[in-house]
Amino acid sequence: MTLLDFARGPALSFAYAVFVFGVAWRLVSLLLLPRNKELSQAKPGAPSVFSAAVLGFVRHLWPQKAYLRGTLFATLNGYVFHLGLAIIVFGLAQHILVFQSLFGINWPNLPSSLISVAAVVTLASLVVALVRRLTSPVLRLISTGNDYIAWFVTTLPVITGLLAVSHLGAPYETLLAIHILSIALLLIVFPFGKLMHAFLVFLTRTGTGIFYARRGAEI
Amino acid sequence: MTVPIDVKAATRTFLAHVEEHLVTYLEACVHCGQCADACHFHEASGDPRHTPAYKLFPIAKAYRAQKWPLSWLGLGPAITERDLKEWEELLFDTCTLCGRCTTICPMGIDIASIVGTARQAFVKAGLGPTDLLAAADSSRDHGSPLGVTAEKLKDRLEWLADEHEINIPLDKDKADILLTVSSIELMKYPDSVVSMAKVLNHAGVNWTLSSKGYEATNFGYLAGKADIAKLMVERIVDAAKLVGAKTVVIPECGHAYSALRWSAANMLGYPLPFTVLHISEYMAQLKREGKLKLAPFTQSITYHDPCQVSRRGGATADARYLLQDFATDFREMTPTGNLNWCCGGGGGVQAISRAADLRYKVFKIKMDQVEKTGAKTLISACSNCRLTMDESKAHWKWEGGLGSLVEIIADNLVEAPPSAGNGV
Repeated sequence: MTLLDFARGPALSFAYAVFVFGVAWRLVSLLLLPRNKELSQAKPGAPSVFSAAVLGFVRHLWPQKAYLRGTLFATLNGYVFHLGLAIIVFGLAQHILVFQSLFGINWPNLPSSLISVAAVVTLASLVVALVRRLTSPVLRLISTGNDYIAWFVTTLPVITGLLAVSHLGAPYETLLAIHILSIALLLIVFPFGKLMHAFLVFLTRTGTGIFYARRGAEI
Repeated sequence: MTVPIDVKAATRTFLAHVEEHLVTYLEACVHCGQCADACHFHEASGDPRHTPAYKLFPIAKAYRAQKWPLSWLGLGPAITERDLKEWEELLFDTCTLCGRCTTICPMGIDIASIVGTARQAFVKAGLGPTDLLAAADSSRDHGSPLGVTAEKLKDRLEWLADEHEINIPLDKDKADILLTVSSIELMKYPDSVVSMAKVLNHAGVNWTLSSKGYEATNFGYLAGKADIAKLMVERIVDAAKLVGAKTVVIPECGHAYSALRWSAANMLGYPLPFTVLHISEYMAQLKREGKLKLAPFTQSITYHDPCQVSRRGGATADARYLLQDFATDFREMTPTGNLNWCCGGGGGVQAISRAADLRYKVFKIKMDQVEKTGAKTLISACSNCRLTMDESKAHWKWEGGLGSLVEIIADNLVEAPPSAGNGV
């Protein structure tokens, strides 16, 4: 078995399993926790739970004007690497083939040159995020190992992917195998740390939206 | 300082309150640090420890410790005495539970609700500022944090009624409206109590105060003493049931409103058999019903939104509605409404004497905001905000005026001639 066979075969299968069961376990164990029944009277005219949840989600997509001065850069940088990652993951032809084999669906790919640009921009944006974390007194104080691990396992596939498409430093098969292994690492780490925010954001924003909407408040 | 700290009790208490939304909040924080920008304590001090997300660290640790795979072997993270000592100040002195950090959080995490729960855990461990805890104990033992017993209440109300020649009903058998008071008002801003009475008399509603349940402030709630919080709520609920009140009116006190309006039913385990309204909401309702006749108020004013009434209470628009067509020179601060900067003394911080310097620093944000509007007077609808601002004003020898919403309304009521009554 070559390294590539290992990466594509057992490593990736194991990573998929850990990802799926890990995420399910985290979500189920959260949703099974006791929830107190809300007994206070809702404010008359409060929106329905559904619209409160949607509003709560949408409201936190972008900082309010009063906060923009302090948060614009970090917010933009956050959007850059999140969208960049989405473009790379869902836009590259080779990635779409993986989705095709997993779920049987596909969609038109983006030009690989565009993906390369997106990858470079994403990498730069991730580096900026790390530099901010290491230099801002607030971020330095509140950062834990979890934050750095999440950064590392997210950034690694971007770097290994860029190396693989540019055939730099080693034979293509080896580079591809390393890239796939780095993704396996990402998938394995995903459920157990900060990366879970990709799922939890739907619970927190909507939960807060519902909590305050019944008070007639807009947070 | 010499009392032993019960780390286990803290962990147990926090875990007993572990609910789905609180844990989700703890696990979802991405440590982006944006909440620091929204927190008045961080804004005033520049101390990174005042970052709201950082204040949750011991709680997150307590929770992680419990679900750590090897925790049954005593391995993994454990909450320590040092953690609790260091964070006591952060959770009590540097958080007013104002919820401003929620408005900036990209994950939409409601940090204030976790801090509220965390305080209970700290108190169970034998921690917490002694003056804040004493205020809670005094509420339990004497009916009010400032020692206003039922007897004192009666004396004080009689004196106010005589002095101002108005009717302040106490212990009527039946009434539609039960009015509650804050002892801060009774002792320091008695005009505020008189003003509420004037408004209710003007509107011609059937109302009373009750010596069975009069204190609206809930220091049990603020000090993390759940038993006292519940007791304070029960007193008002029992009084309201006794007089058959359909509505309980909360005076100008933000946390009193929050405790009774949103938490009381959950503490008691059943829905309240009456509606709870903050005095500003109630006055807005009276205005909508045409029961509030006001002469224009021409002084320049700006309005400080109490966090629990506006941002976390949903009554932001009611204050504006009251001021509309009444306060002819009303100027908004920037930011205002739901994003208003806190006074620095909510959430019990006002009662913590060692936090005074920090409160003063926070008030500088407000002074600056008010000065930019050019308004002469800053009015609020929370006597706790007002007290915090009054003390800070004295500290900085600030020239700006401070006032109360209900007082300017009461001072400008236009009494209709007796024959023109609408019979309500």
